[in-house]
Amino acid sequence: MKNYITVVGLEVHAELKTKSKAFCSCSTAFGSEPNTHVCPVCLGMPGALPVLNKQVVEFAIRTGLAVNCEIQKFNKFDRKNYFYPDLSKNYQISQFDKPICLGGHVDIHVDDNPKRIGITRIHMEEDAGKLVHSGATIKTSDSSAVDYNRAGVPLIEIVSEPDMRSAVEARAYLEKLKAILEYIDVSDCKMQEGSIRCDANISVMTEDAKEFGTRAEIKNLNSFRALERAIDYEVERQIELIEDGGHVVQETRTWDDAQGITLSMRSKEEAHDYRYFPEPDLVPVEIDDAWIERVKAALPELPAARKTRLMDEMGLQEYDAENIVATKAMAQYFDDAAKHTDDVKGLANWLLGDVSAYLNNNNIEIDKFPVTPANLGELVTLIKKGVLSSKLAKKVFVEMVKEDKSPKDLVKALGLEQVSDTDALQKMVDETLAENPQSIVDFKAGKDRAVGFLVGQIMKKSRGKANPAMVNEMLLQKLKE
Amino acid sequence: MDLYKSAAHELHEKLIKKEISSVELTENIYKRIDQVDGDVKAYVTLDKENALAQASKVDKMIAAGETIAPLAGIPGAIKDNISTKGLRTTCSSKMLENFVPIYDAHVIQKLRADETIFLGKTNMDEFAMGSTTETSYFPTTHNPWNLERVPGGSSGGSAAAIVAGEAIWALGSDTGGSIRQPASFTGCVGIKPTYGRVSRYGCVAFASSLDQIGPITRDVTDAATVLNTICGVCTMDSTSLNEEVPDFTKALKTDVKGLRIGVPKEYYAAGLDPKVDGVLKKALADYEAMGAEIVDISLPHTEYAVITYYIIAPAEASANLARFDGVRYGYRNMKATSAPEMTTASRTEGFGDEVKRRIMLGTYVLSSGYYDAYYLKAMQVRTLIRQDFENAFEQCDVLLTPTSPVVAYPIDGKMDPLAIYLLDVCTIPVNLAGLPGISIPAGFVDGMPVGMQLIGKVLDEETVLRAAYAFEQSHEYHKVMAPLGGK
Amino acid sequence: MKVTAKEVKHIANLSRLTVPDSEMEKFTEQFNQILNYADILQKLDTKGIEPTPYVLPISNVLREDIAVEGVSHEEALSNAPDVQNGGFKVPRVIE
Repeated sequence: MKNYITVVGLEVHAELKTKSKAFCSCSTAFGSEPNTHVCPVCLGMPGALPVLNKQVVEFAIRTGLAVNCEIQKFNKFDRKNYFYPDLSKNYQISQFDKPICLGGHVDIHVDDNPKRIGITRIHMEEDAGKLVHSGATIKTSDSSAVDYNRAGVPLIEIVSEPDMRSAVEARAYLEKLKAILEYIDVSDCKMQEGSIRCDANISVMTEDAKEFGTRAEIKNLNSFRALERAIDYEVERQIELIEDGGHVVQETRTWDDAQGITLSMRSKEEAHDYRYFPEPDLVPVEIDDAWIERVKAALPELPAARKTRLMDEMGLQEYDAENIVATKAMAQYFDDAAKHTDDVKGLANWLLGDVSAYLNNNNIEIDKFPVTPANLGELVTLIKKGVLSSKLAKKVFVEMVKEDKSPKDLVKALGLEQVSDTDALQKMVDETLAENPQSIVDFKAGKDRAVGFLVGQIMKKSRGKANPAMVNEMLLQKLKE
Repeated sequence: MDLYKSAAHELHEKLIKKEISSVELTENIYKRIDQVDGDVKAYVTLDKENALAQASKVDKMIAAGETIAPLAGIPGAIKDNISTKGLRTTCSSKMLENFVPIYDAHVIQKLRADETIFLGKTNMDEFAMGSTTETSYFPTTHNPWNLERVPGGSSGGSAAAIVAGEAIWALGSDTGGSIRQPASFTGCVGIKPTYGRVSRYGCVAFASSLDQIGPITRDVTDAATVLNTICGVCTMDSTSLNEEVPDFTKALKTDVKGLRIGVPKEYYAAGLDPKVDGVLKKALADYEAMGAEIVDISLPHTEYAVITYYIIAPAEASANLARFDGVRYGYRNMKATSAPEMTTASRTEGFGDEVKRRIMLGTYVLSSGYYDAYYLKAMQVRTLIRQDFENAFEQCDVLLTPTSPVVAYPIDGKMDPLAIYLLDVCTIPVNLAGLPGISIPAGFVDGMPVGMQLIGKVLDEETVLRAAYAFEQSHEYHKVMAPLGGK
Repeated sequence: MKVTAKEVKHIANLSRLTVPDSEMEKFTEQFNQILNYADILQKLDTKGIEPTPYVLPISNVLREDIAVEGVSHEEALSNAPDVQNGGFKVPRVIE
């Protein structure tokens, strides 16, 4: 069997977090009762006309700058024509040949290997409404009800070059892109709520091929995991098809998460002819250098810059810094917690270790983490000061996630203060030595492991509260006498 | 008193002098409507209760000594493609037969602020597609000058209402001549303003880059008065111009000495009825006698205007009318079991033939493989047509042409669609170039009115109005009412 | 003949319209009449001529990002042919 190369390009739609919609002043608020944030414009009433929301342009420019695009000075809108009940005018106002951004890139790391993923273009458009199906799926429903609250919400579509060569790279790109969009505060990027959506264009080619293979477009990817699984499945499907002598068809397929397969969405109808033409109800948007400079000046700190800041100003290691800045929320949490402790390394370890494990096990993001940054910072400080052993700290942590109490209070309540009182410790050392004469013999015979055993005994005696470093030192001192 | 024969400016004087009341005036018009609309069929919907309530309100304002706007208390008619909140708006289509808008068009808001009176909604060609009002889903409107003839279109109902005394002022819309041509066929005044002068918010879109709302009135003074109210920038219409609106009535002077009137030879070519040509020639002589200078002009790309329009307008219309799918409003075929089937059935049953023809033509010229040859080409030719006018206006101040090459023809003439399209040859270029144009009565041919068109530079309604007013005041055409068979 | 009845059917489909078989011939003929007439445009040399998508020389008509209440839920649905759970009800979306 030949060796095949996977080729993946991603089309990402992100809902912009403006207060009002793209072409009317209705609120973009999510989760309200159906058809309560609507007006003649977004309902597509006869005679209604669009008026462009300035903030949509601002956010699009901001996004373009954050991913290194060329902002296009002359912009226009076009009508993309097709019939569907969730599209209130049966055309979508989008940008066809003069989009707001061209040519950019996003840098990713996969297993410490850096790679640059190209971006072809970014354009502005409006979202459609939502269909609520009477049955479980669109295929098994007799009817649907349309809610136009989402109709007209502004979107940016970010189209990547087909530069990704594996599911892992695709995931890394999507994660990085999502992080950037969150950092520059243009979108909520909540995949579950649909404020960020991803379609994958997947094809395969043999190593010696001169052209890309035919690609299939995969839709309905609702999580990072789905993206990875779908790519792996589709690549295999295409390879099998080709090896069996068949041809990959250019079509749209949907990812069926339950079955773990992609399914063709082709109907008897031919491919869409969108009949794009310039939107006559809108006038062009001309962006001058001054406008671009204004947006550039106000650009929030991007992940790369934040990472450098954490390394230079706080002395974090690159690996830690890279992972802390992976999402804006985590980076923000870190900054907030760092106000309550000097031990930034310890804080980083806790966040990337126990906290991340907790988040993963409970399937939540850090914005839902029940411990406040202040309290986590305090915990790290208590350990650093020697009031609490790291082992016992884990016990305290377990309590903190149940009830967000101050660690100081919990330590007192549970009686877990580390004993660092020299006299008390000395007493325990002497007692333990007296109780374990064989260990002294072993140590003198060169078995260093005896010390560890004795420390363990003292920890047991003190119910974990003895300061292990001090105990170790005292034991050695006594043993060497 | 035959109040229905008066112009708005005359009635305004009578109102503020308390010689008549608004209620009296409004009732007078409704009485006239009762008398003649059975024959004329200008109206689709009447709103008598609200109209009289409004009239009563204005009478109280006058009694309290308040200053009122020129159109306050004066009843007018609104073409049925202009959105009136709470009042049925059908676009003369089965598709919207029972549609009640939830918002007022911008022009309606402005007119309400002037405390004017809306008598009702007038008949039109379906979705403004047509030149005779015969494509209306409702019975066609009849020309008050000869009930067996068409009133023109698509604003036939508004124009017929004016000359039959069924409204004192009216609004129409004009995409390729739909205000000016019916004004010409019925012997009244119709203005299409510069594109962008009047907000399109609430005007049910036919062709977005060509549509404009404008007044249809008994005389030029009333047209200027209505323009004063409806013009102005609108925050809900991105294509409305942020230009100062002058007081158009101040442009109404009879002095045209030195006015350079351009006569584009292409508008006086084959196809022009020789008798209509005779009326225009006489008008030119009248202008010369008044001191105007006649300039020979050529607009070389005129012959391409009709087809350019009939590519661009249907293309935009095909998308503008896509929203009529039976989902949120309008006619729905309730038997269909799938949404695509429902939409196809609703549109097929809800739209008439002309609308369907134009939608399909529009879809075709935009479709993959044909876009460059048709739509793109048409947009380029549009540029050439605009340039023709720009060049012409370097040599003259205003252009004079027939509004239509013929006078009103019989209803149900069974003409080919293309033959009807070609009769729009004089009015279409004005929309393509976005210029202001007026049609005023210039004479008669075999008992039927003949209109002449004056075309101005962008934003120069004032020169157009002046030229029109000067001609009007030296004749009596604006004082003649349609005979209506002795009624 | 610019378009055949088959092509007319395809265009009708794209437009979500049906032309009844009895009307098809006449419709196709009228359609062709117009398209044949459109050939006169090909006589014109338009090389280098900018198309006019915008009649007005204006740009940057923009609105501030302020949310304003739209119409009420009842008004929004007031012309709806069929309603379900506060939404516009339609029959099954895919054939």
